[in-house]
Amino acid sequence: MGSLILLALLVVVVGWLIGAYNGLVSLKNQTLNAFKQIDVQLKRRHDLIPNLVNAVKGAMDFEKSTLEAVIQARNQAVKVNAAGPEAIKQISQAENALSSALSRLMVVVEQYPQLKATGNISQLQEELTSTENRIAFARQLYNDTATQYNTKQQQFPTNLVAGMAKAQAADLWEIEDQAERAVPQVDLSSKPKA
Amino acid sequence: MTDETSLNLFQQQEANRRRTFWLVVGFVAFFAWLGFGGDYIYHLYTLQAPRHAYHHDFPWFGIVLSLVALAIAWYAYKTGPDKVLWSTGAREVTDPTDSKEQQLVNVVEEMAIAAGVPRPRIWIVDDPDPNAFATGTDPLHSHIAVTQGLLDLCTRDELQGVIGHELGHVKNLDVRLMTTLAALVGAVALMHDGASRVLRPGAGGGGGSSSEERKPSPLLLVLLVVWIVSWLLAPIIAQLLALGVSRKREYLADAMSAQFTRNPLALASALQKIEGAEAPTAHIKRGAAHLCIADPLGRRLTDHEGLFADALATHPPMGKRIAILKGMGYAQLKRQGRMGGAGDVGDAGP
Repeated sequence: MGSLILLALLVVVVGWLIGAYNGLVSLKNQTLNAFKQIDVQLKRRHDLIPNLVNAVKGAMDFEKSTLEAVIQARNQAVKVNAAGPEAIKQISQAENALSSALSRLMVVVEQYPQLKATGNISQLQEELTSTENRIAFARQLYNDTATQYNTKQQQFPTNLVAGMAKAQAADLWEIEDQAERAVPQVDLSSKPKA
Repeated sequence: MTDETSLNLFQQQEANRRRTFWLVVGFVAFFAWLGFGGDYIYHLYTLQAPRHAYHHDFPWFGIVLSLVALAIAWYAYKTGPDKVLWSTGAREVTDPTDSKEQQLVNVVEEMAIAAGVPRPRIWIVDDPDPNAFATGTDPLHSHIAVTQGLLDLCTRDELQGVIGHELGHVKNLDVRLMTTLAALVGAVALMHDGASRVLRPGAGGGGGSSSEERKPSPLLLVLLVVWIVSWLLAPIIAQLLALGVSRKREYLADAMSAQFTRNPLALASALQKIEGAEAPTAHIKRGAAHLCIADPLGRRLTDHEGLFADALATHPPMGKRIAILKGMGYAQLKRQGRMGGAGDVGDAGP
């Protein structure tokens, strides 16, 4: 009788071990996959920017510096991106710099009604909005998944198998980054500061 | 919070898989009952027949009807999404032709990223009333359809909220259950219509004189009554199932949309606009009603909750859904410490 109880206990423990281990592995892969998704969307943005710059270049010769900033930020981001997931801090810095350069460009574009009237600018604006949203949502999914993964490996009793599953805390994608704060804000948009 | 929602998601998916399975089992069992019950009644009826007359000993009806039901259920499960889309006359958006369609495609892509599911196929129903629905069997084979009215009426943020709601249904596997149900309800309605047409002439005249001589047993009579009643009730049961299955899901899908967009107020304002458009969605018929974000039949029952409304509405009261979403939105604003003068719903975007 006693050995039966022991056996049942063993089965329960082993079952739990397998479940916890597999759960961690699956979360780890989800986190990696979510990171890849950000990458895909960032590449998309990098490909879109040359089109955007070409479309507005002719009409705004006198805003050269804004355009230059966008191109530079884009090239920097492309360069850093090649480093892969380990460089998540640098990537997010470069991408945030690109985001703010882009938003300044869009503010400038807003000031030229004749530019907006040329049709494909509004199309490009929609594409840009969508791209920014995709990046934001991919980051959101990554952060949610990574948080879930991190929480799981720290919580008792799952933390007991964390070493076995080679689980390591995943870096979150910092949204408010030093780089973004450092950039002078030329925010002329009508964001209500309630 | 994320841990909790993902656990709920897993449970929700499991529950939907299980419910779809039992729905199909129940469907087949019901037809088996109709078939074997009929066999048994016929068997009792012919029991006292003279030796040379026909004796119903082998349950042909039951076997045939069960097999037919199995085939229908399989067919409904496999082709349910196509049938639902076909019944609404939706057209697929592959190459967006104007800016609105481009925006729709973009928004669906964005929300698919937020939800972490593959991009569903996108359809437009040419109907001026704003509405939307999702169908499919799993996230890999899913479809989202919106009406032209929704595209015309909603802002980008509101559209995002609505698409988020539909992707919530997809991720939950609600679409599997609700689509299978829609297809089965349709099948029951068709079979019932057909069967009534066949049975009616036979039931009237026929063996009146012979039954007087033989005096059917009370058991036979009771069985016969129950059997006929279940034939009559089949479409009503199917309808009630469709009603009961969808209401709680709408709250959950609303919450998932808020989780994806982090902008519950946009969905609240979209729902307000959808509710504000009084006309029913003519293209979406009764069979697919429970798939939609808002009741396409425009039944005003959804205005209030109560026993009567609970029993008959496919959707929870819109007012309550909007109130819950607004509550989420204001809680979010408060957390972010920018709760100004409790401003308009429309401009509280990110």
